[in-house]
Amino acid sequence: MIYEVFRQERKGVAFEHAGSVAAPDEAFARAYAHEQYGRRGESVALWVVPRGSILEVEDFVDELNKNYHRVDGYSLKAKLKEARERAGVPAGGGNTR
Amino acid sequence: MTGCVAGSKSLSDFDVLLHIADDELVIGWRDSEWTGIAPVLEEDVAFSSIAQNEIGHARALYQLLSDDADALAFDREPAEYRCSPLVELRFVPDWARTIARRVLYEAVDELRLERLKSSPDEAVAGLAAKIDREEAYHRMHAEMWRERLRDEPRFQEALDQLWPYAVAMAAPDERDELSRRFKRKIPSNSLLLGKEHGNHADGWPALWEEMTMVRRSIPGAAW
Repeated sequence: MIYEVFRQERKGVAFEHAGSVAAPDEAFARAYAHEQYGRRGESVALWVVPRGSILEVEDFVDELNKNYHRVDGYSLKAKLKEARERAGVPAGGGNTR
Repeated sequence: MTGCVAGSKSLSDFDVLLHIADDELVIGWRDSEWTGIAPVLEEDVAFSSIAQNEIGHARALYQLLSDDADALAFDREPAEYRCSPLVELRFVPDWARTIARRVLYEAVDELRLERLKSSPDEAVAGLAAKIDREEAYHRMHAEMWRERLRDEPRFQEALDQLWPYAVAMAAPDERDELSRRFKRKIPSNSLLLGKEHGNHADGWPALWEEMTMVRRSIPGAAW
């Protein structure tokens, strides 16, 4: 059985995927994760999750290329330039107030 | 015995601590023989880490006893080591006996650490508490393997074989508690003969040779 291990480097920060361990049951998975990802003081906490319990979502269809849904699909720079031209403010004209 | 010995401990305290330090050093050595060849990769890492911890405990104890921990650890003659025959036995490649020894060793070690934690000597009590916090993890590891191998005849045979060694390793007044924990009878004195600490198992001279080989290769070198 494969368990995926997530580790937290410091209190308060997000857990990140660290790797996985093969183990016959939960007790072994805990112990092996502890040794593999915690023995050098690199973690303050671990999440140990059976691989089968992870719900994987990987189907992302965007047939019509709706790029405005994407973080990189909306160029603020170009829109700003147009807006400035319409308002008659020179480019780099700083104060928008 | 070589090595400068700190004068503040009474002889009997010194003997007890040296016995424990030697046990930790030697079981660390024996268990580290599994590095690279343990049954599965994850266990290889875990088991090697435990072995290293034990040697770390030995180092801390030697430092408590001497200004020169290395000299105390490595410059004695084989007959001067105070470890228990239980830790000297060589088991590679027998995993069942290796685990049976870990299970028994951790039980005896827990009993003696309990006692040391209430020592009037603060340095001793403090170190025992620190060591015990790491041993808690070793006990968890031993317990999960004990549970897993419980119905395995080779493991039960290994426990049968090693039980007298474990009892002999325990102090006489800890043996009843050990017997209760394992639900096993205390063996007769004739079965304990030669298994108490200070006696040595057959494999000991060869292990001592290996363990001190590099140190002896250039006496007095600064490493």
